Amino acid sequence: MTRTFLAKSGSMLPLLGRETLRIISGFGDFALFTGRSFGALATSRRLARRVIRSVYEQGTVCLPVILIVGLFTGLVLGLQGYHVLSRFGSVGLLGTLVSLSLVREMGPVLAALMLIGQAGSALAAELGIQRNTEQIVALETMGVESHGYLVAPRLLAALLVYPIQTALFVVVGFWGGSLSGSLLLGVDSGVYWSSIERAIEPRDLRECFIKAACFGLLSVTICAYQGFYADRNPSATGARAVSAATTRAVVISSIMVLIADYVISSFFI
Amino acid sequence: MMITHTHDLLLQVEQLTKSFDERPVLTGVDLSIPRGSIFTVLGPSGTGKSVFLKCLAGVMQPNSGRISFDRRPLVASDHGIYAEFRRRCSFLFQSNALFDSLTALENVALPLEQTTDLREKEIMKRSMEALGQLELETYRDRYPSQLSGGMQKRLALARAIVTRPELVLFDEPTAGLDPLRRNAVFSMIVKYQRHFNFTALIVTHDVPEALAASDRVALLNGGKICFEGTPDEFSCSTQPVVSGFRDSTQSLALDIKEIRLDLQHSLHIQHTEPL
Repeated sequence: MTRTFLAKSGSMLPLLGRETLRIISGFGDFALFTGRSFGALATSRRLARRVIRSVYEQGTVCLPVILIVGLFTGLVLGLQGYHVLSRFGSVGLLGTLVSLSLVREMGPVLAALMLIGQAGSALAAELGIQRNTEQIVALETMGVESHGYLVAPRLLAALLVYPIQTALFVVVGFWGGSLSGSLLLGVDSGVYWSSIERAIEPRDLRECFIKAACFGLLSVTICAYQGFYADRNPSATGARAVSAATTRAVVISSIMVLIADYVISSFFI
Repeated sequence: MMITHTHDLLLQVEQLTKSFDERPVLTGVDLSIPRGSIFTVLGPSGTGKSVFLKCLAGVMQPNSGRISFDRRPLVASDHGIYAEFRRRCSFLFQSNALFDSLTALENVALPLEQTTDLREKEIMKRSMEALGQLELETYRDRYPSQLSGGMQKRLALARAIVTRPELVLFDEPTAGLDPLRRNAVFSMIVKYQRHFNFTALIVTHDVPEALAASDRVALLNGGKICFEGTPDEFSCSTQPVVSGFRDSTQSLALDIKEIRLDLQHSLHIQHTEPL
């Protein structure tokens, strides 16, 4: 029994070692990629035009989704919040509940998840195809810093777009809460909006925007990394490697956003 | 082997080796490329011709060996030397590697925009000039997917020459093309090499066209250069490796002299047919 266990663990150890090394080298690679991408911000030429294009890709294209999801999040919060608060006779605090939930947590997190689903997946797929068709290698042979050309403008755009989209998400969410709370369930509109005004403090807005900017940088870096090195997948090549990279980009960045949300929240509470 | 004076050499490769997972691909390549020439490296598929070219371009790192460009050794750790090499060298990919989300004009302008401090107006002027020289100016707003295979090849060449390089590396420029188009691509290379006076290093397995177009040829086999000389020397060589490769190339049945005449004829035509 003991001998079998030892034999089994003996054969498991190299596998465990290999996997550990792979994970550590993956973190190292990601750190280098992130460093190079941020470093390239200083050296990249003619950045403005590419930043504007990235703002359009991440911002304008994703706007309808952000507005729809923001509206329905507010509607649901208003509906659920009303029924919970009515048990305690505190429906006057509906604005507080909706606003704090949206500003502190749901706004930054849901807006980031929506942006990852739309702009992040598109970014990973685009870079993956560029890697597959040797476009990234072509940039390097021309002496163009590929991180600076492909990733740096997206990072700058994310710093701008994520906070703005989050702000829009939150505002539309307030209106959603007002629609379900005031229009459908009869909470006084003045009470609703004044409780929102009283509830939100500057530190809540700070938390909201810091989270949005961090989630933006985190998700864009992860999605860009996955697409940029789509060819490193040992189990898939070509189109399947691109699809695998896109899936990994969405899954990993979504998880990382939730982890980062917990970490940042714990600093602010 | 012809002795070339060192001061005429643009690129020198000494004992270049490259392995993948312990599998040796290049086992000590020595090659000297004279300035202003068309030099072709021939070899059967899978002998590492593209690997050799990618090692030269710095896309892949060789395991050992020495590459000198214009008598200065290229050292991977010296970014300055590599940056200068990349400014003076262009790479034409087998797949063309055009940027599919950029128009023809944007593709050609990209290396100038990203590697020079030229003004926007000058960049546009030079890009349009390059497109014009390759007879593509009317397609400036088309995306690569909206161009034919031959036009894409010309667009890739326009992008390669817009920076006025001294050395252009061609990776299998005729892969997947029919004999007529192969001939047209080689005639395009010869025409623009004469026009711009760059040094062309081509890797291919299209023997007749390469022999007709090149000043010098080399044969890569078993990870090493087995032959280097003029096309005529290659055609007459009795070395078993060379004759074996020549015999294995079915298309060699075509008369090389005929192709050469055809090539010269097409070079004399002022306005060549679009590819």
